[in-house]
Amino acid sequence: MASALFFYLFAVLAVVAGASVILTKNPVHAVLFLILAFFNAAGLFVLLQAEFLAMLLVIVYVGAVAVLFLFVVMMLDVDFAELKAGFIKNAKIGALIGGIVLVELIALFGYRGFTVSPVMNPSAPIPASITNTRALGEILYTQYVYYFQGAGLILLVAMIGAIVLTLKHRQGVKRQSISAQVARGPATGLEVVKVPSGGSVIPPAVKHPEAAE
Amino acid sequence: MTIGLGHYLVVAACLFTLGIFGIFLNRKNVIVILLSIELMLLAVNINLVAFSHFNGDLVGQVFALFVLTVAAAESAIGLAIMVVYFRNRGSIAVEDINMMKG
Repeated sequence: MASALFFYLFAVLAVVAGASVILTKNPVHAVLFLILAFFNAAGLFVLLQAEFLAMLLVIVYVGAVAVLFLFVVMMLDVDFAELKAGFIKNAKIGALIGGIVLVELIALFGYRGFTVSPVMNPSAPIPASITNTRALGEILYTQYVYYFQGAGLILLVAMIGAIVLTLKHRQGVKRQSISAQVARGPATGLEVVKVPSGGSVIPPAVKHPEAAE
Repeated sequence: MTIGLGHYLVVAACLFTLGIFGIFLNRKNVIVILLSIELMLLAVNINLVAFSHFNGDLVGQVFALFVLTVAAAESAIGLAIMVVYFRNRGSIAVEDINMMKG
């Protein structure tokens, strides 16, 4: 009974938050509603006894991805009111296509009823005695270790790609060149200038090869 | 009353539809389009975990983990592209993205 109550709480809040994500005017509010939707989905995962994924959703999604979204939304100085133009015009076709998809999906579930009987030979049956995290780890690091490594590779590529895309090397900024400083010796650091009597000389600036580029 | 697989599937279907609706509704705003894609991936994950629970098979949760990984990478790259685009054009409107049009 309590689990049904919590299911409806989480489900209704998740759907309401999802609707607010797309309907709100301010993108900062949209990101905050997305965080609310993720929290409620994490609650649904806990009800489904997938505690590890629930915590992953809260930590990785709310902690990293949603905060990344918040940073970008707040960093970009965009006139969001102008982007809202054509909202009503797009709403019609959006409601048409979204409504068709929703009716199809719900009709599919209602027709089949989905009284799923457990599969006869599950490839990785959920063990009853150990925790969800441990069970997940035991098959993730053995049976699916190559996929796990591939996922790590995808994240590495994404990290390098994001850095390469957003790194801006500004010209005309003086930077410290450690190698030029270390390579500086008596030959390059000292200059003897012969000043003619009664005259003056302005020594030319010392050119470092690193500083020139 | 017991909560069955169908209940979870309906919640996921609603979230997925909201994602599709959001893409149509905010066709000019790249940020909200990315948020809608996140919403759709969340719905897919709810489906996977629900099937995993009701079938007694852990593989669904493993797959949901990989979907989370790919979604995180996708949003990071998408946001990076958006930042670079904004730096170049000073706008993030979708209809302004036409530099590569012949």
